Amino acid sequence: MDARLLSLAAGDPAGLLAAREQMALSLGWHIILACFGVAFPAMILVLHLRGVRRNDPVALGLAQRWAKASAVLFAIGAVSGTVLSFEMGLLWPGLMGTYGDVLGLPFAFEGLSFFVEAIFLGIYLYGWGRMEPRLHLVMIVPMAIAGVVGTFCVISVNAWMNAPAGFRVAGGEIVDVNPWRAMFNDLAVLQFLHMWLAAYMVVGFCVAGVYAVGMLRGRRDDHHRLGFIVPFVFATVAALSQPVVGHLLGGNLGDRQPAKLAAFELAETTESPSPLRIGGWYADGEVHGTVDIPYLGSLIAQNSLTAPVPGLDTIPDDEEPPVNITHWAFQTMVGLGTALALVVTVFWLARWRGRDLLGHRWFLRLMALAGPLAVVTMEAGWIATEVGRQPWIVYGHMRTVDAAGDNPGLWWLLTATAVLYTAMTAAAVWVLRSMARRWRSGEIDLPSPYAPQSGGIA
Amino acid sequence: MSVEFAVAAALFVGVIAYAVLGGADFGSGFYDLTAGGARRGAELRTLVDHSIGPVWEANHVWLIYVLVIWWTGFPESFAAAVTTLILPLLVALLGIVLRGASFAFRKYSATLAEARLFGVIFATSSIITPFFLGTVAGAVASGRVPLDGSGDRWSSWLNPTSVFGGIIAVGTCAFLAGTFLTADAQRSGLASLADILRRRALSVGVTTGAVVFAALVPILRDAPTLSAGLTGRAAPLVVLSAIAGGATLWLLWSRRFNAARFTAVLAVVSVISGWGVAQYPWLLVDEVTIADAAGAPATLRALLVAVGLAGVVVVPPLIYLLRLTQSEAWSRL
Repeated sequence: MDARLLSLAAGDPAGLLAAREQMALSLGWHIILACFGVAFPAMILVLHLRGVRRNDPVALGLAQRWAKASAVLFAIGAVSGTVLSFEMGLLWPGLMGTYGDVLGLPFAFEGLSFFVEAIFLGIYLYGWGRMEPRLHLVMIVPMAIAGVVGTFCVISVNAWMNAPAGFRVAGGEIVDVNPWRAMFNDLAVLQFLHMWLAAYMVVGFCVAGVYAVGMLRGRRDDHHRLGFIVPFVFATVAALSQPVVGHLLGGNLGDRQPAKLAAFELAETTESPSPLRIGGWYADGEVHGTVDIPYLGSLIAQNSLTAPVPGLDTIPDDEEPPVNITHWAFQTMVGLGTALALVVTVFWLARWRGRDLLGHRWFLRLMALAGPLAVVTMEAGWIATEVGRQPWIVYGHMRTVDAAGDNPGLWWLLTATAVLYTAMTAAAVWVLRSMARRWRSGEIDLPSPYAPQSGGIA
Repeated sequence: MSVEFAVAAALFVGVIAYAVLGGADFGSGFYDLTAGGARRGAELRTLVDHSIGPVWEANHVWLIYVLVIWWTGFPESFAAAVTTLILPLLVALLGIVLRGASFAFRKYSATLAEARLFGVIFATSSIITPFFLGTVAGAVASGRVPLDGSGDRWSSWLNPTSVFGGIIAVGTCAFLAGTFLTADAQRSGLASLADILRRRALSVGVTTGAVVFAALVPILRDAPTLSAGLTGRAAPLVVLSAIAGGATLWLLWSRRFNAARFTAVLAVVSVISGWGVAQYPWLLVDEVTIADAAGAPATLRALLVAVGLAGVVVVPPLIYLLRLTQSEAWSRL
């Protein structure tokens, strides 16, 4: 295995590994902020609507604060998304040069959604106190819709990489390009739903966690209860629907991408029925240290008591993904996702029985952790699907090796990006925390420190 | 009109929009950087926040629009350009990231020291970005991007056309921003600030004009295909740009700031269109034409659907936003 890896690596273009790491870092970072772009507007809308309808100053106050926080988050989301646009060409010239006109259309529509989102973000943020309140409230609706459409478009490209459609290869040339078919490929809808729900889980748990921490520190007022419960309701719906969507998405994985499924399930040989293998690792063609639950592998992966999970021994050696990373990432996603679904179930069951878990410190501590755990769950899911697709960038058609450029300087770029993103994360956390501190001390508008006098600038 | 020409035109409209709208946002960084110490520069920096705050993200999306249409409509030439021009593109990208992030961070900084740090990063990166994007334009226009992406990683953008292109881009952005900020200051009732900005915008305008004049000979010599176009087919646009630029200076001088905004935009639109017309029918000058670079016809037609949709769902709200920011109610500081 090691020897094979080395021999493969020797023939790789200089830019391949660095390009992979660069993409993983910049995409993994951006996707957290993209979640906020998708899910946060809907939560702000709910609070703003409640504030206007019931004349509720607590809800309005929260909506205004979240809008300001989203200004910071969306700004770094916008720029880190731009990094990805550049990187599509900088890191993967082979992919873009060959398939740009097949996969590009959804990006064009994504661009339109991003336009709409940015325009209405500007109007909404700066419209506080400058527009008629009802009209102002309406301005967030296009933002929320654009977030959904944008997610579909971006995910549709990734789904296309897993389930390529809308072209034919004849004599080494790409012919019969149908960009609509590529955009609406077989996986697009389910994969979109999976990510859309993930965004609500990430943002729901993260924002609820902020208010859980506040309650842990003794700030138990209406502001904190409402700030907790609204995102928590969103997170609940998402966390409970996610297993169903995930199961449907994985439905025919054995037929579509058998190597990915074999790695997910750590299936070395084809067994009937296949067990569910928890934990463990794969080395020298053997599986070690797993906890096996009989039948469950077949049942979950194939909806059958007997149908086997095709084993890695049926996959040509040079078409196997890195098995251990894929397996562990997949199990991390499923394990944590299930745990989060259980936690929300416990909360609502307790509430139904008349017990409020918000009064319990252990639950609040758990909620403070739930946000980061949801992020880990989502990232693990991305690692599982991306690494599990390897060695292909366009499944069955183009290997990642052939998409990368030959640029040895990319390691410098990766180092610089790591430094930059660390600094940007630190600055964002610093600024958001200092905003929270100023709000707690009674400031409302947060004028800039160099403002001549604190006027009405939002 | 062929479908690939229509897509190229739509792409170029994006370039123009980004140059005007995004350019004005970048140009604000110049005045922010030269505004003086914390106390003296406070008013100007607040005006900059207020002027570009609501619009910069929307204006920035034009860049995404350009990239997406380019790689979808003309994929091979896109891969070639980013491979050859990886260095200036990376620096521009760094500038874009730092500009956007530090602008947002500065606005919500709690202390003056933090605001100062983020402010310097914001303003510096606002100047760096247009420079390097200008060098990229210069590289394409002077025929230094081969279709196989094998152009030299350094000399492709370190040459007379690119370097002057970069400097002119910085100057143009600053001039555009100057006229807009001056008008904004006047509308917000900040007469003395408008006066300061007027003087600075005038000197930026005169300097940029001088640079353009000085750059003429080196560029004409360095980029023959572009020169033939600029002095031939595109000559009326070049002349129009010069007239509009001169008119802007005069309007600023005579304190007609609102009118100056329109002539400034006209000057930039006509000079960028002049570049486009001059290098037509080349997409990458001397290397590949628009027709030869085009991707699959079905995709080009689909892109036109997307562009048409943009006309319906993006342009009206964008105009609404820009009108709001230029309205009385939104000008209260």
